[in-house]
Amino acid sequence: MSDATQDGPMLAADGTPLKRSLNRALRRQKLRALMLIAPLLIFVLITFIAPIADMLFRSVENDIVADTLPETVEVLADWDHTASDLPPDAIWPAFYTDMFFAEEKKLHTRLGTRLNYELTGVSSLFRKTGRAVGRFDTDTYTDQFTDLDESWEDPASWVTMMEDDATREALPMTASAWDRWTAYLDTEGDDPAEEDIEDLLFTMLYLDLAAQPPVSGLSERIQQAAAAVPSFETVDLQAQFLDADEDWADPQVWRVIQTYAPRYTPGYFLNAVDMQLTPEGVEMRPDNERIYGILFKRTIFMSVTITLSCILLGYPVAWILANLPMRTANLLMILVLLPFWTSLLVRTSAWKVLLQQQGVINDILVWLRLVDDGNRLIMMNNQFGTIVAMTHILLPFMILPLYSVMQTIPPTYLRAAKSLGATNWTAFWRVYFPQSVPGIGAGSILVFILAIGYYITPEIVGGTTGTFISNRIAYHISSSLNWGLAAALGTILLAVVLLLYWVYDRIVGIDNVKLG
Amino acid sequence: MAETQSSDAFVAFERVQKSYDGETLVVKDLNLSLPKGEFLTMLGPSGSGKTTCLMMLAGFETATHGEITLDGRPINNIPPHKRGIGMVFQNYALFPHMTVAENLSFPLEVRKMGKSEREEKVKRALDMVQMGAFGGRRPAQLSGGQQQRIALARALVFEPELVLMDEPLGALDKQLREHMQFEIKRIADSLGITVVYVTHDQTEALTMSDRVAVFNDGRIQQLAPPDVLYESPENSFVAQFIGENNTLEGVVQEIRGDIATVRLDGGEVIDCKPVNVTEPGQRTRVSIRPERVETNKERLSPDAHLLKAEVLEFIYMGDIFRTRLKVAGNEDFVIKTRNAPDQQRMTPGQMIEIGWLPEDCRALDA
Repeated sequence: MSDATQDGPMLAADGTPLKRSLNRALRRQKLRALMLIAPLLIFVLITFIAPIADMLFRSVENDIVADTLPETVEVLADWDHTASDLPPDAIWPAFYTDMFFAEEKKLHTRLGTRLNYELTGVSSLFRKTGRAVGRFDTDTYTDQFTDLDESWEDPASWVTMMEDDATREALPMTASAWDRWTAYLDTEGDDPAEEDIEDLLFTMLYLDLAAQPPVSGLSERIQQAAAAVPSFETVDLQAQFLDADEDWADPQVWRVIQTYAPRYTPGYFLNAVDMQLTPEGVEMRPDNERIYGILFKRTIFMSVTITLSCILLGYPVAWILANLPMRTANLLMILVLLPFWTSLLVRTSAWKVLLQQQGVINDILVWLRLVDDGNRLIMMNNQFGTIVAMTHILLPFMILPLYSVMQTIPPTYLRAAKSLGATNWTAFWRVYFPQSVPGIGAGSILVFILAIGYYITPEIVGGTTGTFISNRIAYHISSSLNWGLAAALGTILLAVVLLLYWVYDRIVGIDNVKLG
Repeated sequence: MAETQSSDAFVAFERVQKSYDGETLVVKDLNLSLPKGEFLTMLGPSGSGKTTCLMMLAGFETATHGEITLDGRPINNIPPHKRGIGMVFQNYALFPHMTVAENLSFPLEVRKMGKSEREEKVKRALDMVQMGAFGGRRPAQLSGGQQQRIALARALVFEPELVLMDEPLGALDKQLREHMQFEIKRIADSLGITVVYVTHDQTEALTMSDRVAVFNDGRIQQLAPPDVLYESPENSFVAQFIGENNTLEGVVQEIRGDIATVRLDGGEVIDCKPVNVTEPGQRTRVSIRPERVETNKERLSPDAHLLKAEVLEFIYMGDIFRTRLKVAGNEDFVIKTRNAPDQQRMTPGQMIEIGWLPEDCRALDA
């Protein structure tokens, strides 16, 4: 095809460089291959990779505080919690505005739930305050302004007033509250010119005017109000909040809000390892609140135990299968695969029937008089039950790779070893076993990774001491709705599996894993 | 069959039978003994029972009946690892997870030999098969011929007195196989070990062995040195199986001493050497080697029988010519003639006359 004697790159028959011509020839092949896997690839990306990425992202995401209390967060940003017990006074109008809109949008309960993870009691605090914030005594301002001029009650006049830039500049808090108000009405599909003016807006108007802004050149109505404001009866917002719930005087509440104000937080991860983020920094939780460390250790311990018992039970079976004639081996293989034909739930429930104190095994032991009737064995709702049931359920995943690796080991190796003078045991241990290690490796990885994330079986037979970290994750997903913590726990679990995989690769070598 | 049962036999099979399924015998009444230092080959088609015999000797199969003795001791109940028999397997069975040196060291380790002694013996064994530089390699990094040498070295490294080889050269190409045949023979002779060698390749058997046992249908058909086996087959199976052979069928007319007169099915009458025909009227197969057929009348004795033959095919093979003839109704009658300057090259369709010495023509069982 090409002239090998010439200098420079090899050329194809038509003069193009051989490399390029080869690439062109292979491109079609590659495209075809890509097309073949494309449906699955897209399916996996959409239904697997993307949700996982989204879920993992939730473990650090913390938008809710900054989104629900934007102005409060801004004020708190400058607050040095070591210098004063409570945030500066500017907090109250800001918080009033935020709470007003949060209540309108019904977001305050969600925020309360979120912050309740960090400080117990915040949830009810927000719910109570949400109810109270609409009934604050701030209608005093409304009454006083409308007494001055009836037109203050007319929403259309507010719309016109807020279109004037000079007015907006003079009344910044009113303008900002008005913008949030109109934006809110916009999402509701209401017209600001027709909705009643809320107490909040009059409160902001009062606070703006009380600051004595330059009002010359503004509308007459504002000039009149500015002149009257110093003699207005005032409402203490702080007192209103304390009236709603006196916990607002608790500096701890404000510190928690401040600590969790950033949009990204390590809080969930710290929670997942029994630590917490406090205004003073990161610290361990009190001893009696630490559960996840124990759960992680227990999950790993039980997964290792299950993997080991699968090896012990599966190795001889795989050996028999691999050394039987094909026909018999196939028949027995069906028996090994039989559990796959039964629902996981049914198998686990069957173990429940077998293991419980009034169950089959205990009944037989009592009948055989091996166990006293009053002294029945406790075999479930503990680690023993979970290990027994899960070993049974995961056993095929150990036997299958072991079997397919053992099948490739010719029996002549054992014969050769024996003819060289090795006893049965030496021949097995020195010659056969090392060659079956790839099967053990593949089976162990499969069983261990399946076990570490198992959920249904420990949920049913595990009780309280036999549950896995996955059960806790499920609890946070479906019951406590703390998805951030669930995501953090899941991320840690994933990291642990990847770490163990890496360690395995370093020690045994991933090339040493064969599925057949 | 040569019954050389004697007290100095190193390995002996006595009335050994073997059945796997309880219905058919794979090995039927085997009697065989070989002295120390002999190179004995078990030759036969597949399924003839030769490998089963080897496995019984190695201890991987148990004899259903009869006794096998090694150096005077019955070994039926001795497990394989205590028999001290070296073995080379068909696919070498080198342990893939060990290096060459570890493979060789394995039989010494299980014998609890010291490290320095082991290294010494491994080195000597590797040098013996000219593989001294390959100790650190894995079997998968070696060529077929090299693996073969290592398998041989491993079977010899613990200095067994008896080595069994189960078609050890079957996986090699022709040239390498021929080279290894001489190599194995040389090593076996220099060490003075007793070798039982199983093969289905008759050339291999003839080249290497002191004696060859031809197996068929679970029995030894003939046990003899290669030259005897080739030149004086005792029955038609051996005659057919060893080398190329022409057969003509017919009926014995009369037997006078060393000469049997046979009337072939085509009507021709020839003289033969009676081997296992005893009386007139018996059907017989007459066997003649292709290279013993003479086409030049002048070289035959005047009273020799001559047969008419039609040339069907002439093949030029370099050192020899191979000519297929139609003789007495048999269209597969082959003769081989040396490529000599005066040799006639025949053309298909040509009619010629052929003949042979009566002693080269053996009347065997039908």
